Amino acid sequence: MAKQDGELLTGAEALVESLERVGVEVAFGIPGGAILPAYDPLFDSTIRHILTRHEQGAGHAAEGYALASGKIGVCIATSGPGATNLVTPIANAYMDSTPLVAITGQVNSAAIGTDAFQEADIRGITMPITKHSFLVKETKDIPLAVKEAFHIAGTGRKGPVLVDIAKDALSSKAPFVWPSELDLPGYKPTVTPHARQIRAAAKLISESRRPVLYVGGGVMAAHAHRELAELVDLTQIPVVTTLMARGVFPDSHELNMGMPGMHGTVAAVGALQKADLLVALGTRFDDRVTGKLDSFAVDAKVIHADIDPAEIGKNKPVDVPIVGDVRETLRELAKVLADMPAPDADAWRAQLGTMKDRYQPRWDQAPDGKLSPQEVIKRLGELAPADTIFVTGVGQHQMWAAHYLPHQTPNTWLNSGGAGTMGYCVPAAMGAKVAAPDRMVWGIDGDGCFQMTNQELVTCAVNNIPIKIAVINNNVLGMVRQWQSLFYENRYSNTDLATETWPNFPMLAEAMGCVGLRATNEEEMEDVLAKAMQINDRPVVVEFVVHKDAMVWPMVPAGTSNDEIKVARDMAPEWEEEVL
Amino acid sequence: MTAYTLSILVSNRPGVLTRIAALFSRRGFNIESLAVGQTERPELSRMTVVAQVDDAAALEQIVKQLNKLIEVRKVLELDANAVQREMILVKVKADVTSRSQIIDVVGLFRGKAVDVSNDSITIEATGSRDKLDALLNMLAPHGIQELVQSGQVALGRGAKTLAGKTNK
Repeated sequence: MAKQDGELLTGAEALVESLERVGVEVAFGIPGGAILPAYDPLFDSTIRHILTRHEQGAGHAAEGYALASGKIGVCIATSGPGATNLVTPIANAYMDSTPLVAITGQVNSAAIGTDAFQEADIRGITMPITKHSFLVKETKDIPLAVKEAFHIAGTGRKGPVLVDIAKDALSSKAPFVWPSELDLPGYKPTVTPHARQIRAAAKLISESRRPVLYVGGGVMAAHAHRELAELVDLTQIPVVTTLMARGVFPDSHELNMGMPGMHGTVAAVGALQKADLLVALGTRFDDRVTGKLDSFAVDAKVIHADIDPAEIGKNKPVDVPIVGDVRETLRELAKVLADMPAPDADAWRAQLGTMKDRYQPRWDQAPDGKLSPQEVIKRLGELAPADTIFVTGVGQHQMWAAHYLPHQTPNTWLNSGGAGTMGYCVPAAMGAKVAAPDRMVWGIDGDGCFQMTNQELVTCAVNNIPIKIAVINNNVLGMVRQWQSLFYENRYSNTDLATETWPNFPMLAEAMGCVGLRATNEEEMEDVLAKAMQINDRPVVVEFVVHKDAMVWPMVPAGTSNDEIKVARDMAPEWEEEVL
Repeated sequence: MTAYTLSILVSNRPGVLTRIAALFSRRGFNIESLAVGQTERPELSRMTVVAQVDDAAALEQIVKQLNKLIEVRKVLELDANAVQREMILVKVKADVTSRSQIIDVVGLFRGKAVDVSNDSITIEATGSRDKLDALLNMLAPHGIQELVQSGQVALGRGAKTLAGKTNK
C-alpha cells in the first residue's frame, strides 16, 4: 500500500516504498545482518524478491533481467561478504553498460571504520566499477538516494549504481518525503546530437567509397535497430555487428558481414581494415575489435557516435565526433542523407560479398562420430523458436554461439562482453526468464563456466523459472587450452577439468531439481534437443559431450594486427588486391 | 610528459576527493600536486590538480573522464598565463653568522622567517614553482633540514570565473 508523504517510516519501509515508486517489480538477493531490516517490509511488498543461492547469482540475474526487460535490474545483499560477492556482477555491468542498482546493507553508522563484524567499504571497493555510488547514513536521505540511483543507472550511458545503507539508517524512523526533484547538477547527459556534426558526418558518408557501419552494443541499448535498418536501406552501406550487438541487424541480410574482432569473420574484419570510412555507432573500439591499434583501419576516416563523450577519441582519433543518443543520431543522419547521393560503393560491396561467401566461419568434422560443439550450437539455434533468448558464458562456446546462432532479432542475445565473466550464463538466463516468462530462454554454457554458478539452478527449480542450459562439455577450459595449443606448444597447464569423470552433469541437474539429459552423438543430440524443447515446467540441463580439440576460428592472435587474421591454423585468407 | 594544471569544481560532499584521486589512479594518470578547499559557495569545493600527461589526447581523456563523475561540476585546463602559486615551509641550518645572509636571500624572494632557534631558521615563501625552486637552490648550501610544500593553487586571469562558466 502506498505510503503518504510525511508519514513516519523506518528507513527500511522508506527503502521499499521508494523502490516501489521507481517501478521495481523484481529484485534478486540474499538477506543478512546489516540488510535484515529491509527484508521485513519487503515481505509485504509488491516487489517479487527472488532468493538466490549466491550474491554473484543475484547480480548477474539482475543484469539478465535488465537486458531482457529493458528495465533497471536490482540486486540486494548484506554488508561485508554479501556486498563483495556483488563485485563481479557490478564490474560486468560496468563494462557492458547494463543498468543495475545494487543495494547493500552496511554496518551501523557509528561502527563504520572500526572493522566491525561483516564490515567492508563496499563503496570504496566498487568506486572504479560503478557509474556512481551512495553511502547513506541517515534515514531521511534514503528516498533521494534511491531516486537518484535509478535515474543515473538508467539514463545516458547506462551502468551500475551502488546504494550502501547503514543498518541504523534502515531501522530508525523519519518522515517519508518523496523528492519531487533530483539534486544532480553535475549530471546532464547529452542526448541530442549536434546538427553541424550530423551534416559533417553525412558529407563524409556520401563521399565515401568503402564505408562500413561499425555497430556496437549501444545501438542495442538505445533500441535503435529500426533506425539502423532504415539507414542501411537508404545508403546500402555494409554492416558489422560487434559481440554486444549481435542480432541488432539480422545476420540474414546480405550487407551484414558478421562480427568483427579477434574471432570475427574475415568479411567483417576485412571490412574494417580496408574501409575508407568507419561509421562507429555505440561502440568503443575495444582491443578485441581493433587488434593492434596502430594497424587498425589505417586508411579510414572515422565518424564516432556515442552517448559517452569520453569514448570518443579514447582509442582511435576521430574525424567527426557525435555525442548523443544513437537512435536520434541515426534518425537525423537518415534525414540529411535522404537528400544526398548514396556512397558509390558497388565495387566495395562486391568485394566484401566475395569475402563473405568465400570465408564463412566453418568447422572440421569431429573425429570418430563424436559431437562437434559448433554443430550442437547451430542445431540448437535452428530448433529453438524465433523469439528465444540466448545467454552464454565466456569462452569458446560463446564465440561459436556468436557465429552459429541465428541472430535475427535484437535483445535476444545476452553475454558477458567487456568483462568476460565466466559464470555469467546460468544466473543471467534466470534473470532473463523472470523478465520474459513466455519466451524460451536457452543458456549455452561451457563445463568450466557452468561449475562456477550452477547452484542458481536450485533457485530456478524452487521459484519455477524453467530455463534451459546446454552444457558444452569438452572436459577442458577450452579457450585457454586453445591458446596453449597455439602459443604454448601444447603444454596444457591446468586446463583439464576432468569433466569426463566428475561431475555427472545430468545427476547434478537432477539433484538441483532440474531435468538432466546427455547427448554424446548426433542421434542423441536430436533426441535430447527435442525433449528439452518440450519441457516447460522445470529447468533443463542438457550435457553435450563434445571433442576437446575444436578451436574457434577465425582468429587474430592477441596483440597483432587484424591483417594477421587466420581462418584456420596457419591459413590466412587471400585478399584480392584490386584497387577500389 | 608535460605538466598540465586542471581546476576542478566539485560538489562539496564526503568521498569526492577519493573519487577524483581514484579516477586518476585507475586511468593511469599521475598527479604531481593536489590542493583542495571550499570555494566562495560552501556547497562547492575547488581542486587544483597538476598532472603529468603524455600528450594533449591523454589530457582530453582525463578531462572527459572527470566530467563523467556525477559530483564534478566543471573542469578547466588553466594555461601558463594563469596565476599559479605554491607555498613552502623550509627549515634551514643557521647559526649566528649565516642567519643574516639567509634572511637577505629570503628577502629577495619576498619570503619571511616564521621561526628561529640557535641553530635553525624556518622560512615561509609563496610563489610560482620556478621562483620557489630558485629560492631552494639558494638555501641548499646552508643545509635544508626539512621541507614541506603545499599543492599548487591557481586562478585564471581576468573577470571570468569557473563557477560563472558552469550552468550546473
